[in-house]
Amino acid sequence: MSGKEILTGAEALIRSLEKESVDVIFGLPGGCILPAYDPLLGSSMRHILVRHEQGAGHMAEGYAHVTGRPGVAMVTSGPAATNMVTPLCDAYMDSIPMVCITGQVSTGAIGTDAFQECDTVGITRSVTKHNELVMRAEDIPLAIRQAFHIATTGRPGPVLVDLPKDILQNNMTWHWPSDDDVVDSLPGYRPTTKGHPKMIKEAAKLILSSHQPVLYLGGGVLKARAAEIVRELAELTNIPVVTTLMARGAFPDNHPLCLGMPGMHGNATAITAMQKADLLITLGARFDDRVTGKVSTFAPDAKIIHVDIDPAEQGKVRKPDVPIVGDCRLVVEEIVRAIRELMSGGTAQVDITPWRSKVSGWQEQFPLEYEQSVLGEALKPQYCLEKIRDAAPEGTIVVSGVGQHQMWTSQFWNFNEPYTWVNSGGLGTMGFSVPAAIGAKVGQPDRTVWAIDGDGCFQMTAQELITASTENIPIKVGILNNGYLGMVRQWQEMFYGNRYSEVDLRGGIPDFVKWAESMGCIGIRVDSPEEVESAIDKANSINDRSVVVDFRVAEEEKVFPMVAAGCSNDDVMLQPSQESRREFLR
Amino acid sequence: MSLNTNNPYGDSRNHHILSVLVQNRPGVLARVSSLFARRGYNIFSLTVAPTEDADYSRITIVVDLASAPLEQMVKQLFKLIDVVRITEIDPRRSVERELMIATVSVDATTRGSIVELANIFEGKILAVGTDAITVSLDGAPSKLDDFEELLHTYGIVESQRTGRVALPKLDREARPRVAKGKAS
Repeated sequence: MSGKEILTGAEALIRSLEKESVDVIFGLPGGCILPAYDPLLGSSMRHILVRHEQGAGHMAEGYAHVTGRPGVAMVTSGPAATNMVTPLCDAYMDSIPMVCITGQVSTGAIGTDAFQECDTVGITRSVTKHNELVMRAEDIPLAIRQAFHIATTGRPGPVLVDLPKDILQNNMTWHWPSDDDVVDSLPGYRPTTKGHPKMIKEAAKLILSSHQPVLYLGGGVLKARAAEIVRELAELTNIPVVTTLMARGAFPDNHPLCLGMPGMHGNATAITAMQKADLLITLGARFDDRVTGKVSTFAPDAKIIHVDIDPAEQGKVRKPDVPIVGDCRLVVEEIVRAIRELMSGGTAQVDITPWRSKVSGWQEQFPLEYEQSVLGEALKPQYCLEKIRDAAPEGTIVVSGVGQHQMWTSQFWNFNEPYTWVNSGGLGTMGFSVPAAIGAKVGQPDRTVWAIDGDGCFQMTAQELITASTENIPIKVGILNNGYLGMVRQWQEMFYGNRYSEVDLRGGIPDFVKWAESMGCIGIRVDSPEEVESAIDKANSINDRSVVVDFRVAEEEKVFPMVAAGCSNDDVMLQPSQESRREFLR
Repeated sequence: MSLNTNNPYGDSRNHHILSVLVQNRPGVLARVSSLFARRGYNIFSLTVAPTEDADYSRITIVVDLASAPLEQMVKQLFKLIDVVRITEIDPRRSVERELMIATVSVDATTRGSIVELANIFEGKILAVGTDAITVSLDGAPSKLDDFEELLHTYGIVESQRTGRVALPKLDREARPRVAKGKAS
């Protein structure tokens, strides 16, 4: 170890990021962050130059989704920071580990309404897990270490570090804080990871003694890397599993115990199994309103085991009978151990075969369906999805925007592997898909990445395809183009008496093929069912640049099943062709 | 009748005191207050000052439980990285103090009554004018309520209360409930 090494704050920042094993930064430079971009030239880290700061944020999220490592975004002050608010909030709602570095005006100028000044920590306070304005160059290494520690431990989330320009320019004596330094500097931050042994025993007993149990998996299962042990729990007890929108892929769709997605656009079996359950084994899920429907009528007879690393989720919506605060993987490991002990001690599990046959009866009666495309007639979006799915190479990652296409993707894709599904769940951010898919491709360059987008979403962030082209990040985009803000149209049709208000995106503008080509991508237009397969084959065969397939789909197609907002899950609206069988759901 | 009955921040019977130990860092008060605003929790009063250890500050928050369950407030508050410890203080098991100053309009006939009232409550006369008098009183919040109510009959021109500070009572009943572990 040599003596004291003097670095600028900017050099200390870049070195700190390298020491945190950052391999890629998504960003866009500007005035106040300029000092940090100079030492970046000599760094081993890859920088991906985006076209809009929001894109950098969603790319960092997509990267984090598929790698489990924190995504890093770096932008300048003022408008760049405000452009970052949406991705930060998105990451906060979906518990995505992310570290965002923003430039700030020099310390002496703070509070003077200087050029490109905004109160970044104030604006982002409620959309980050934590944020910090650093006021001394020597504090940079600790601030960066804290940011990564906070973003990746406990319930993951976004952390923002705001760095004034003079702090980046000032000299400091390099030092790298130890793990203990970081923990000691955060006396108020001690996430609980190990579940309470008494509660774990309670949970094990309740699981074995329940007649109609359901495993209710949320995104926390994926965050905790718990898919494997959760599968062991399911197979040990033969309890059926539902995977929420954020947990698709946490349990294989092709597994006989998998019921698929519950919630507003979940399938009838998953919804009804939860409604009729006498026990919900809730793992890393938060009783979101899109899952519960009207809370007072949700799963009325179910006892609740609630495993969540965030104590504030316990009892926030539904009072648990067995609350367990802890890391999902560690807790489920303990639950499995406790169950095995009970079993080897002679406690037998209640026979749940009557429950399982009831559930499989629903599965037979209420499969996810749609009215098939007829040759020569309008193209069905679900048909396009099925064809993309069936032709997708193994391990394909699918990323969606928000709206009808998102729900169809979640419904009709087969998620058999964790970390192959990336979407914006909590915030519902239109425009998420293209940049998040780019981030996912950067994180998993050997995988095929399909962005399934809507025409509305695509128009919000499509310019990031330029980033994909210039940075050589080939993704595939399938636009389910119905010429409408489809989900809004669906609600206006169903709840506003077909009075369509400001949802019409038609008029032949833009020409998505030309637009794709102008951004360095291959553009393909598909108008009829017979063109679908060849277009997908062509898209899959091109791997040196991004491909955009514009599927011109039927505008009137709606997403079913549906639980209308604020309604009970008992009143799920079925696929119209299945309504006559509703009595089987009782 | 308590003065707080018509208070927009709720009935004083729903009030609970949270004594929140925080790292003494810039923006910590903003973090706490913005959390309460965002989650729709009502704050009745809030005081903040450094503790005996300059690295920490104590925020004493009187919250209105009609707006949200105490447990949720405590857990959400505890998710803030700068929050180190939360002690929930039951008003019946605590010592509380608050300070009030009030300017009351008087004339020659009522001035004596105000002075007498201040004496009865062990308050102080801070300033005397021709048609007004400024008094101060410190004590338990309920005592201040009573004093304020009586002053109202004379006409309060302006008044200001500090909000309460509180610590657990030093008897066997006063076991502070300390939230342990850490939210993420």
